[in-house]
Amino acid sequence: MNLLTPDPGLLFWMVLSFGVVFFLLAKWGFPVIVKAINERKEFIEMSLLSAKQANEKLASIQAEGEKLLADAKMQQKEIIAGAMQEKQRIVQAAQDEAQTSANQMIEEARQSIQAEKEKALRDVRNEVASLALDIAEKVIGERMKDDAMQKETINRLIEQL
Amino acid sequence: MMASEEKEGKVDIPEIIFGHIGDSYEWHIAEGAVIPLPCILIGNEGMDVFMSDKLEHGKEYKGYHIADEGDYEGKIVNAAGERPFDISITKNVLELFIVCILLCSVVLGVAGWYRKHGSKKAPGGFVGMMEAVIDFIDKDVAKESIGHGYERFSPYLLTVFLFILTSNLLGLIPVFPGGANLTGNIAVTLTCAITAFIAINFFAPKAYYKSIFWPDVPIFLKAPLPIMPTIEFIGVFTKPFSLTVRLFANIMAGHIIILALTSVVFVTAQMGTAMCASMTVVSVLFCVFMNCLELLVAFIQAYVFTILTANFIGLAHNE
Repeated sequence: MNLLTPDPGLLFWMVLSFGVVFFLLAKWGFPVIVKAINERKEFIEMSLLSAKQANEKLASIQAEGEKLLADAKMQQKEIIAGAMQEKQRIVQAAQDEAQTSANQMIEEARQSIQAEKEKALRDVRNEVASLALDIAEKVIGERMKDDAMQKETINRLIEQL
Repeated sequence: MMASEEKEGKVDIPEIIFGHIGDSYEWHIAEGAVIPLPCILIGNEGMDVFMSDKLEHGKEYKGYHIADEGDYEGKIVNAAGERPFDISITKNVLELFIVCILLCSVVLGVAGWYRKHGSKKAPGGFVGMMEAVIDFIDKDVAKESIGHGYERFSPYLLTVFLFILTSNLLGLIPVFPGGANLTGNIAVTLTCAITAFIAINFFAPKAYYKSIFWPDVPIFLKAPLPIMPTIEFIGVFTKPFSLTVRLFANIMAGHIIILALTSVVFVTAQMGTAMCASMTVVSVLFCVFMNCLELLVAFIQAYVFTILTANFIGLAHNE
């Protein structure tokens, strides 16, 4: 049956056309398409990879930032605590100094009061002595108005010496 | 179809069917609408080119006529009944040209899209569909079956796959530009298989030829009587032969079944209105079913031819 015997004319055209089609497509058709597909695949894979890397980087940066923040907070706390201590120390020192100087002033005042008192007493004593001398002079002066008596007294006094 | 029915009062089903699946010198679209095609004949007196309508209804032109009977029934013969070298643009050849032009314009068009848009942009629509098909054949068929060095064979496998698929699908369209039985013609499938034979054997490494002519079997199987080498050597030719027959038989059978189911309408036309009407419904339903099946077969046969060729190439390279 002629269905099973290949017709030479069709065979000829088939070989020719298939050859031409294969040549055209293998040269300008499929390599371009396959190359573009592969390149895009690579591009997508690379994009995914770099996106992943960027994500990881971002996460690490975030962690670093958080760590930095925590550190800063701790430092702040430390500084505040230190400042508080310093403040207390300074207040304490100021109080102590004030106390000391007050005590010193009191002491000085007391000493000067003491000195004043002693001086006043000394003055009073001198006054009293001079007053007593004056009085004694006056009393003695009244009694020795006559010469006789004066001579007698002087003599007695000389003898007493 | 109608003409023969009117004349004899009885429908000659085999003639209708074989007339449709065979080749012809003109393209019969409908009753009265026939496209004449150029006949190119190289005989003893040189080349003759003329349109096929010069030969219709048994007319003779330049000493050639279409044989009514004998070995060359339906073919152009000269007055002595001998065949000239006939490279006429027959129905199948025209269909072949249509397939080739379609294939080239589609693939080169898709390639042009990539040239224009570069590889960073993803295509949509038709180009995207073609990309999915091409990527499937390139990666899942060629790379998977051949492995290392598959890039050399990928364009061939893609060409043969798309060629068979396009021919199969065009063959399912009942009107022009489809309807010819291209992949159901043994010359076409034979050419495809010969290209597969070349792809399998001509690029194979030395180990492949050693495995054919001096296979790794006990010595008494290859000398003095070369039993295994003979079997292996025959195997080299049975592979493309099976490819030829599988594709040819599948597609031809599909066409015959669809045509036979359609013919049921004309066979039952003489058996009364009720019979004809009911059988027409059955015939149309079966035809729809068969066409869906043939659509599936069109893809499967293209895929099977390609994956078997890829596997044979892979076997030749990894042996």
